[in-house]
Amino acid sequence: MLGEGIVKGMLETAKNFAGSFVSEERLTTVEYPEERIPTAEAARVFPFLVYDGPEWEAGLRCVACQICEKECPPKCIYIEKSKDKKPDFVGKMQIYPARFDIDISVCMSCQICVEVCPFEAIKMDTQFELATDDRFGGLLLDCKELAKSNEYYHEIHPTEAAEVDARLAQEKAAAEAKAKAAAEAAAAKAAADAAAKAATPKPEPPPAGGV
Amino acid sequence: MGNWSTLDQIFVILRNWFVDFLPVTLRPAAGAVLGVIAIVCVFPGLFALTTVFERKGLGRMQNRLGPNRVGPFGFFQPIADGIKSLTKEDIVPRDADAVVHFLAPLVLVVAVFMGFAVLPMGRNMVLVDMDAGLLFFFAMGASTELSIFMAGWSSRNKYSILGAMRAVGQMISYEVPLLMSSVVVVMATGSLSLTKIVEAQNHYTGIFPNWYVFTPWGFAAFLMFSIAATAETNRTPFDLPEGESELVAGYFTEYSGFKFALFFLGEYLGMFSISGLGATLFLGGWSAPLSFLNVVPSWIWFFAKVMTAIFIFIWMRGTLPRLRQDQLMNFAWKFVLPFTLLDVMVTALWRFMGPGWARWVVCSVILAGVYVLTARVQMRRKHFGPRSYRYAE
Repeated sequence: MLGEGIVKGMLETAKNFAGSFVSEERLTTVEYPEERIPTAEAARVFPFLVYDGPEWEAGLRCVACQICEKECPPKCIYIEKSKDKKPDFVGKMQIYPARFDIDISVCMSCQICVEVCPFEAIKMDTQFELATDDRFGGLLLDCKELAKSNEYYHEIHPTEAAEVDARLAQEKAAAEAKAKAAAEAAAAKAAADAAAKAATPKPEPPPAGGV
Repeated sequence: MGNWSTLDQIFVILRNWFVDFLPVTLRPAAGAVLGVIAIVCVFPGLFALTTVFERKGLGRMQNRLGPNRVGPFGFFQPIADGIKSLTKEDIVPRDADAVVHFLAPLVLVVAVFMGFAVLPMGRNMVLVDMDAGLLFFFAMGASTELSIFMAGWSSRNKYSILGAMRAVGQMISYEVPLLMSSVVVVMATGSLSLTKIVEAQNHYTGIFPNWYVFTPWGFAAFLMFSIAATAETNRTPFDLPEGESELVAGYFTEYSGFKFALFFLGEYLGMFSISGLGATLFLGGWSAPLSFLNVVPSWIWFFAKVMTAIFIFIWMRGTLPRLRQDQLMNFAWKFVLPFTLLDVMVTALWRFMGPGWARWVVCSVILAGVYVLTARVQMRRKHFGPRSYRYAE
């Protein structure tokens, strides 16, 4: 009958109207600034630079290889290499970024920089409250603003960070083993050389005098 | 007057008290001005309240919270909205007809306010007790169409003109059933005066009121009146002229700032006035729903009825999707209008059958039978009902 559907629909909305005052689970609204839902583990907003240890300048993993700068599709990364070197996590001397800027007003959160980085130095952040009244300077993040500790990385992406740590530890172990092997080999070689030197008879000095 | 309680007549007493300070020659004019001031203050105040209640109520129907930031429970939201609309830039399109563009919102609000002049809002509370009050109300209601077309035409925008054309087509189509469904009340009362119509309903059988809505023809007319009134005020499901999902904002697309707010105000004032008229015609105006409830002041009953009607408007907005243009027209001309015409006949029958139970049965059977039959035939012919596609699957 005409009007039946209207009555049915009206009853449905009336049920919602009354129900929203009675049952809390009907209201899915999260009143954002006061209460918030935790971000998903895979959430990503803008990149940040990971550092190990307490000092951000000393522990920065980035070696200013500039791969991310070259791969970045919107070209929002700017890197200046340093003149001197500092030891990386393995202990090898590396150059480091004297300047590392990301313009987050340009960044499109594509994560390509993270994927191309061979040093696990750049990762995606979950921090999204970045509003500022300075649209140029406020959105151009420098090295210091970008640097976040490895602990923070563990906090926001625990699974991923654990994998990265395991891989880095493996690399470090491999490097150490290699270094040890190399050292051993060098030592062995040196010993062998020494032994060989000792074993081989000294060339007879030419007899002095006598004609 | 006299034997009614002070609270019931408080506004009349206050007005008389104030007017008595003035010289005799000025008294009628001063009384009228006071009445106008009261109307111009009360209804925009109600409008502000209604907007926040509407947003909160709609939110609840959609399982949201609605606005709750400004002030306690968000009740100061209209103040923030008002400040916003006052401080916004008032943009007039370069090619617009500036004069007409400026006048349209004013004409709308003035015409809508005029309608309130003849509505009895309580015992002895009517600004102008006009003998042809109903006629005056409809004349004023019809002139809102003019302002809507002015707005749409002068904006020189395709969405505006589309909205305005839809509005004019819709409002003229539904003006006819609106009038015809009111005619039955005039037939029953024998007067066009709204105060007389209320008086005619303001007596009780036992404790129950003799409102027109409680008669078969009155109920049918009330239903048709509600449908036509919804269409007249451009409310969902008849909001094609605004059609925000298709026409931006319809006829007031090109309005910004305070003119936009005036259109918004006009729409809500139109809702109040048509609800007030519906309450006056069918729901006994300011009379109490049960005889012993007459201790409550009459004006409270009037506003309670208006606000109930407003809640139903909001409820429908939360429920029903928008009609298509052809469905809208088919519904008006092929269902609502014939049914109201039938209702006029049935009312005449009711009148000539005289008192007794026989007329209740006969009138109810005729109306219900015709409703069911025409609805079934029309639904089958798909004049209204589910959408069918001829060329697309």
